Amino acid sequence: MSPQLSKHDPAKKWDGPTRKYDLIKEFVIALVVVGLLAISLAALFSSPDEPALTLKSWAIADAPDFVATATGELAGTTVSAGYGAPYNTAAEGQVLGPLKLQKWAGVRIPINPADDFVIAPLAIDNDPAVVSAIATWKAASADQQGKWANAYADALSKAPKATTLPDPTGAFGPVPAIATGLYGLARTGALDGLLAAGDTPLPTNFTKPLLFLADSGTYFPDYAGARHLQGDQWGVMNETGSYPGQSWLWLYSFWYQIDPFKSSGNADVLVMATMTILSLALLFMPFLPILRRVPEWIPIHRIIWRDWYRRKEE
Amino acid sequence: MSSKKMWTTRVRESTLEKFEPEDLLPDRQPAYVASWIYIFGVATIAAFVMLVISGLILTFEGPAWWHTSSIGHFFNSIHLWSVELFFVFMVVHLWGKFWMAAWRGRRWMTWITGVISFFASIVTGFTGYLIQTNFDSQWIATQAKDSFNSVGIGAYFNALNTGQAMLIHVSLLPLALGGLVVWHVILVRRKGVVPPIEAGGSE
Repeated sequence: MSPQLSKHDPAKKWDGPTRKYDLIKEFVIALVVVGLLAISLAALFSSPDEPALTLKSWAIADAPDFVATATGELAGTTVSAGYGAPYNTAAEGQVLGPLKLQKWAGVRIPINPADDFVIAPLAIDNDPAVVSAIATWKAASADQQGKWANAYADALSKAPKATTLPDPTGAFGPVPAIATGLYGLARTGALDGLLAAGDTPLPTNFTKPLLFLADSGTYFPDYAGARHLQGDQWGVMNETGSYPGQSWLWLYSFWYQIDPFKSSGNADVLVMATMTILSLALLFMPFLPILRRVPEWIPIHRIIWRDWYRRKEE
Repeated sequence: MSSKKMWTTRVRESTLEKFEPEDLLPDRQPAYVASWIYIFGVATIAAFVMLVISGLILTFEGPAWWHTSSIGHFFNSIHLWSVELFFVFMVVHLWGKFWMAAWRGRRWMTWITGVISFFASIVTGFTGYLIQTNFDSQWIATQAKDSFNSVGIGAYFNALNTGQAMLIHVSLLPLALGGLVVWHVILVRRKGVVPPIEAGGSE
């Protein structure tokens, strides 16, 4: 065996045999090959582009769901209304043992779904019935508002195809007029602009219309489910159509498919904590006593450097 | 005051003077640098270059261009498939370096910069998906917000704020990732390519 091929201190500069290696030529060839590969794949398979959903498309395609969700915002029963930080203080949010990271971050993006999604946009509506309903709503106590909205939400849940219901006893107060007014505003497309442009006339922040859309009971989740995008369908790592999506998020999506994560009310923080621990393990692999020795015990390196080891044995 | 105390001198001594030209752009490598696995590092960088080129074209034309133009859609497709290739190459490179125990010989910082680059790439890819301004971006944003919110990050990085995600995706992250890759490659050149695992030769 050549003395130069014997045991070498990996920290020292290599003084053994060398071979020609043209790094620049290798990079140029790699760039040309990878470039051609990307262009060929683009030409062959294109890329998905499912148009964005709007509050208008929601109101037209699933009017009962839209009206029920708008009523839910007034009743404070939607996901947004009961979310907690960073939108409001309606809930404590997810916890990791004693750690209340969500709550501790504070309400930095304040959202009041009843006011922001329903009442404020209707300020532009000149319909006397809507103007009167808004005035009645604003003059009522929070307790009375809740009673009206919950009564109407209950009634709508028993008539799943209805977009408005009669109120012979007055139990719903101004809520039917408000919900109907918002529905009319949404059908024209005006609500999309009003929610997006709440902070500036040239919007780049779609927090309000997206939170409202995500509160949908059927339209938004069913649309995603039909495109294999729900959480229990490996959700975030997929994209519409038959495309690879963010396949590198497979491990992150994996935890949502199994217990205790998938049945936990704190699933998101549990998955984030798990992935943080695994990420730190990968990052500090060089210092982990057992894991850093694994490549020595499983001799895949003998395949990678097979020419080297063959020469050494000769 | 001694010139040794000057910041400029210290920076020069700890950077430029650490390198010989042959270390930065060597035309010879140790004889053991002869395996298909070495292709994937440079292939990852090549895919990154394709991403920057296609991304710049999409940036100059604006975020809605690719919805209405067939040429724009084609460049979006190139960007998408460059991302897919980038991650395939990077993951094979990462696994290859794991099985080579490439952190040996005081190369731990090379490993760490590589892993941070991998994480930064995931964040870059994710923000790219957020700014497609189509249904995919809407759905991913509304789902992912819960993860960020659950650990308090959502109060500062709002997945539903398309403008925020767009600026981070096209400015901060490519710069950060580019810097990390440069640092990573310089470390590889400075420390040299890790030698084969010898019998009893690990640290």
